[in-house]
Amino acid sequence: MNVKERLRSFAHFWYDFVVGDDWRVAAGVVLALAATYGVSRTSVPAWWLVPAAVMVILPFSLWREVRRGRNR
Amino acid sequence: MNGGALFVAVFLACAVEAVEATTIVLAAGTARDWRSALWGVAGGVVLLAIVVGALGPAVTVIPLHWLRLLVGGLLLVFGLQWLRKAILRAGGRKALHDEAKLYLEHVAAARSAATRRRGGIPDWYAFTLSFKGVVLEGLEVVFITLTFGSNQHDIPLAALAAGAAIVAVVVAGVAVRAPLARVPENTMKFVVGVMLTSFGMFWGAEGAGAHWPGSDAALAVVVPIVAVFGAGLSAFLRRTPPAAAQADPALAEVP
Repeated sequence: MNVKERLRSFAHFWYDFVVGDDWRVAAGVVLALAATYGVSRTSVPAWWLVPAAVMVILPFSLWREVRRGRNR
Repeated sequence: MNGGALFVAVFLACAVEAVEATTIVLAAGTARDWRSALWGVAGGVVLLAIVVGALGPAVTVIPLHWLRLLVGGLLLVFGLQWLRKAILRAGGRKALHDEAKLYLEHVAAARSAATRRRGGIPDWYAFTLSFKGVVLEGLEVVFITLTFGSNQHDIPLAALAAGAAIVAVVVAGVAVRAPLARVPENTMKFVVGVMLTSFGMFWGAEGAGAHWPGSDAALAVVVPIVAVFGAGLSAFLRRTPPAAAQADPALAEVP
């Protein structure tokens, strides 16, 4: 295994460790936290944004996986 | 979050990881060479101790709101992935994590590999298999212990819970000398997924600047809501199981 392959394998391990099977989940979490930060700078309460995002992200990710399973 | 909840959350999460690592070490020791497999465990533990030694003090220096944002975000991603897998398994859309089957696969692969001695280790394959198993599963144990412990300002209690989980699983594994197939792993993963998701939501939102109604008491509402939501999604998936899954007896274990 050369250096490039080792680096690729190292990067793949960390991607798999942090992001996991569905990158959309990680992207959704980052967006939800960014939106929370933005709203928290205003006078509007921001605590509900992350739970609301979870209520959308989780069923969406499951729906994609189920649909993918049917199309296999 | 009181000490009891911290202990239970870390204990359960670490027990799941310890079951997986034990399966790999048992396969390496049984099919190859116990001495090399145990050297692999020792090597893995030393590497993890170095990671803890390097990361532990660093984590305590990070300002709390940044720590909560980073850790909350990561826990939320981890939690949602765990919950997603547990719901798919409970809903019959993914095969249950079968430790007995995985053990046999590891044993078969170990038996077919050639024996090579390297640097005083009688069987390099058994060493690396065991080392990798301990390091990969152990990294999650380290992450969960440090993040939960540092957020609750009680790393010693989190470390105690992690240690207790590892000792309990290893003692059980040594006693039966077989993979811990009877552990209700999917149910444990569901519970851990609910915990990680809930704490991830709570700390992540706080780190991003939000203020929860009732402060810490909000967790007492968030955890049950996430659990009911996840169980509802499992039930929904189970109501319309795919044809192949209906005949699979491995789907009996549900959260």
